[in-house]
Amino acid sequence: MSSNAITIPGTQIQARPWVDELHQWVTTVDHKRLGILYILSALLFLAIGGVEALIIRIQLMHSHNNFVSPEVFNRMFTMHGTTMIFFVAMPVLFGFANYLVPLMIGARDMAFPRLNAFSFWLSFLGGLLLYFSFLGGSGLYGAGNAPDVGWWSYAPLGARAFSPGHSSDYWTLSLLVSGFGSIGTAINIIATILCLRCPGMKISRMPLLVWLNLVMAGMVLIAITPLSAAQIMLLIDRYLGGHFFDTQAGGSAVLWMHFFWIFGHPEVYILIIPCFAFMSEIIPVFSRKPIFGYPVMVGATVCIAFVSMSVWAHHMFTIGMNSYANSFFTLTTMAVGVPTGIKIFNWIGTMWGGKIQFKTPMLFSIGFLFQFLIAGLTGIMMASSPFDWQLSLSYFVVAHFHYVIVGGILFALFGAFYYWYPKMTGRMLSERLGKWHFWLFLIGFHLTFDVMHIPGLLGMPRRIYTYEPGRGWDTLNFIITIGAFIQALAILVFLANLAISYFKGARAGNDPWDAWTLEWSISSPPPVYNFATVPTVESRRPLWDLKHPEDPDSRYE
Amino acid sequence: MLRMKSSTVRFLAQMTLLLFWSAITVWASEPKGSPSHGTNIFAPASTPAKSIADLSVFVLVITGIIFVVVFALLAYSVVRFRGRAMDAGREPAQVYGSTQIELAWTIIPILIVVVLFLATARVIHAIQDAPEPAGAVQVTAIGHQYWWEFRYPRLGIVTANELHIPVSDPSHPTPTFLQLLSADTDHSFWVPELAGKTDLIPNHPNRIWMDPQRTGVFLGQCAQYCGTQHAKMLLRVSVDGPEDFAAWVRGQKRLAVEDAGAIAGRRVFESNACMNCHAVTGTAADGRFGPDLTHLMSRATIAAGAAQNTHDNLRLWIQDPSAIKPGSLMPAMKLSDADLDAVVNYMETLR
Amino acid sequence: MSAVTTSFPNAAAGWQLPSRGKVAMAGLIVAESAIFTIFVVAYLFYLGKSITGPTPPEVLETPIFYTICLLSSSLTIHFAAKCLARGIGFAFLGLWLLTIALGGLFLYGTAQEWHRLIYEHGLTISTNLFGTTYYSLVGLHGFHVTVGLVMLLTVAVLGLCGRVGVKQSGHIEVLAMYWHFVDAVWVVVFTVVYVLGR
Repeated sequence: MSSNAITIPGTQIQARPWVDELHQWVTTVDHKRLGILYILSALLFLAIGGVEALIIRIQLMHSHNNFVSPEVFNRMFTMHGTTMIFFVAMPVLFGFANYLVPLMIGARDMAFPRLNAFSFWLSFLGGLLLYFSFLGGSGLYGAGNAPDVGWWSYAPLGARAFSPGHSSDYWTLSLLVSGFGSIGTAINIIATILCLRCPGMKISRMPLLVWLNLVMAGMVLIAITPLSAAQIMLLIDRYLGGHFFDTQAGGSAVLWMHFFWIFGHPEVYILIIPCFAFMSEIIPVFSRKPIFGYPVMVGATVCIAFVSMSVWAHHMFTIGMNSYANSFFTLTTMAVGVPTGIKIFNWIGTMWGGKIQFKTPMLFSIGFLFQFLIAGLTGIMMASSPFDWQLSLSYFVVAHFHYVIVGGILFALFGAFYYWYPKMTGRMLSERLGKWHFWLFLIGFHLTFDVMHIPGLLGMPRRIYTYEPGRGWDTLNFIITIGAFIQALAILVFLANLAISYFKGARAGNDPWDAWTLEWSISSPPPVYNFATVPTVESRRPLWDLKHPEDPDSRYE
Repeated sequence: MLRMKSSTVRFLAQMTLLLFWSAITVWASEPKGSPSHGTNIFAPASTPAKSIADLSVFVLVITGIIFVVVFALLAYSVVRFRGRAMDAGREPAQVYGSTQIELAWTIIPILIVVVLFLATARVIHAIQDAPEPAGAVQVTAIGHQYWWEFRYPRLGIVTANELHIPVSDPSHPTPTFLQLLSADTDHSFWVPELAGKTDLIPNHPNRIWMDPQRTGVFLGQCAQYCGTQHAKMLLRVSVDGPEDFAAWVRGQKRLAVEDAGAIAGRRVFESNACMNCHAVTGTAADGRFGPDLTHLMSRATIAAGAAQNTHDNLRLWIQDPSAIKPGSLMPAMKLSDADLDAVVNYMETLR
Repeated sequence: MSAVTTSFPNAAAGWQLPSRGKVAMAGLIVAESAIFTIFVVAYLFYLGKSITGPTPPEVLETPIFYTICLLSSSLTIHFAAKCLARGIGFAFLGLWLLTIALGGLFLYGTAQEWHRLIYEHGLTISTNLFGTTYYSLVGLHGFHVTVGLVMLLTVAVLGLCGRVGVKQSGHIEVLAMYWHFVDAVWVVVFTVVYVLGR
């Protein structure tokens, strides 16, 4: 039982009315519930963003298709990108961080529970605001318009002159609002990790998930804020007659690009670092060995955080920077591949000599390793700026970043779902459905995103609502669309698994995976107060020490 | 039924994917049958495109080797270190790390980065800092929503959407240098077989050059999302032999043909708002918002490649541009059928 | 029982961790610094690039007096916090109100300057690049001063009602951190706008 209720004989405890239950959820400040709210809202936006992707893929299935008009298509890719980055990836990762960080450090809750709730609702409101644009963004084209400026809203396309009406303002405002929510969560995570660790948990003894979320939160503080600043400037341009990006008044369109990508590049590391965190928890447990090279994993992540702040203009290789600037950003971009690549070796080193168990979380982790390797290598290709003068703005780069986000981030997330769902709900997810999910998604993913590199090499630019026949792109696009539908099917299997297992899944005990961090020492789901007594730890794997008192980690650290 | 371990199935699946991927790459990289050249970045016809293609192959080889090595390690560990049922209850040796190994796999990638960077920097400078020789053809390309304006300042020519440049003999190069400007939003000039892409950004002039060594028509299109009809801002670059190029220049320099049979159409053109946007040299029409129409009939396509330059397409385009390119900034002038036919007739005299 | 006890009897006693409030405020300061950096970069980038209109040397007057006001308010708030930590309530309140007065004076000075710029020189946010970048940067800072003053006033009211004592000195220090940050930003803005920019 999750509460210490005392039953008074002779009385009947009534089931709580659903309104009450709903009220509890809406007003909660408990990090576990807020974590689940983040995850559920991310799943909702994942479904919506996925439908937008399918619309894009149907339109591009063959040349000169007429499934949607160019205006609708342009809104689809804008909304798909914006939704997936800001209302799926960020929230789901904040959700897992919220849920797991206090548990892993032996704390009662996050440092600021009310700020936590406020940040979640800001984030969710941002998502609703973005989608309200379909109803409220009236422009010259008629009633109701979502933004259609691309998820970067490059200047001067985002200016009043080229985006009349309010559609792009919904883009700006929804991201500003949810951006402030992200900053609140990041501050909360940092304060929690630095101030609420249980006795004995020195900084060098924190689980890697905690370390990596600390680094991620620090990056959020300095990476999200440039975007907020740029968006405030855009609003000043659009509403107060400012000239920040007004090229007619001597303003610079390139300045917007710099500001956007100073946010945009660290942002993708903000998204991937928590996924590294998941891998660093899951792979050791299913290889039955500790992570190989904990100090270097920490050091490499901190290194990535710093170096990633210096690579942003590799998104701007085609805008006409001089050869010295292009060379500099080539160098830094290739350099950031070193600490990133090292991590792959460390994970393989963890598996090496272990006894690997191929449960669903591990299947997704191995998929992650394979795909992240490829994604990193196509990244190195584009780091070479002359090569990028061909590859940039084409379907090659679309394939690359989906390889990272779907093949890397989403695979790691699926692993995290299968691994921690038992802790959150007290039930195991079905292994059978999990394997169906994995194989279907793997096939669909590779069918789509392996093939997608090729139209890029054959000259197909991105963000086009249709294309000419005879360029050799038709068949490839058709195959890509098929793969998209297979992935959609796999997602349905996953959502079904989540729902069915909630009611019918096998009961998980405290520790179904025989793991080693503090969250597995309490019940599944945990009591609202997390720990009955404040734990104290003496090593990086406190439960290993308890299970193996003859060979504790504390002897080797 | 053949029962295999999950891990082996995985491994086979990955191998199959690899083979499938390679096959598709080989198949797709063969040029498709079409009269003009394709848009394959590995079929370069000009020095910058060739330097890029050569560098790209070098990068691909190196990343390919890295992939093979790391994948082999991953596959081996997945197969070799599978947990077996008999192992239940016993944990493997708990290894925390190894300084030598970690040092090795840090230093080797750093060396690879140094090599790749040096190879890249050379090509960056060779392409971007190439000096412009005296005999180069100069073109000013101005990006518009959703068409290309081409001006040849030294030759006194203005045209739109279809670029003609001379073929360049490697022993006596006659490259073309383009200055890239924009009249509105950001665009990008991308003709893959001639050069890497460079953006056209307002208030930020850029420069690109190419020296095509084969004649023919090279295709491309705008690569930076510029608005609704970004997809139909196509490029057609005709690389001409020296005589053909000279003939083309002469033709473009002439004033507009004055055909007596087209006076009615010309009157419609000049009394409706057409001349506010379009220019026809030698007449009163000198608008700059739309393409120069002086030699419209010398172009194979209209609406920046959105349609072939035929009588029917031209008529449809003038009658209602959104039938061909919805979102185009050219308004439908709501001409009567008689006026429409007259204007089309006039357009067809502008050779 | 569903929980496994994880206590190690010999684990660290005397376990000291930093205060939540200070860490959170430091995080906020880092984030805000990044926002201000972007506005400063825009200001510096656009120096000399305005196509029309008044230029900085033509219209700007260095606000020395009001700068001294703001910077000394950092001193007064610092001593106010110290007094509170020592329990000297009266001095705390006095210094706190002085801080508010000095901050208010600074805002008045900004308002006065903007009035002069708009009505005497015709410089608004939409006039040219200088106008846009100047008003946004100085305005963003002024906004942060205003927010700070609101919080200081709230504390002043609570203090006058006798609700602020030694126990709240941690919170007061966190608020003082914010105020010092606002002053530090002004040092940067002042240097960029009135020293470098002219």
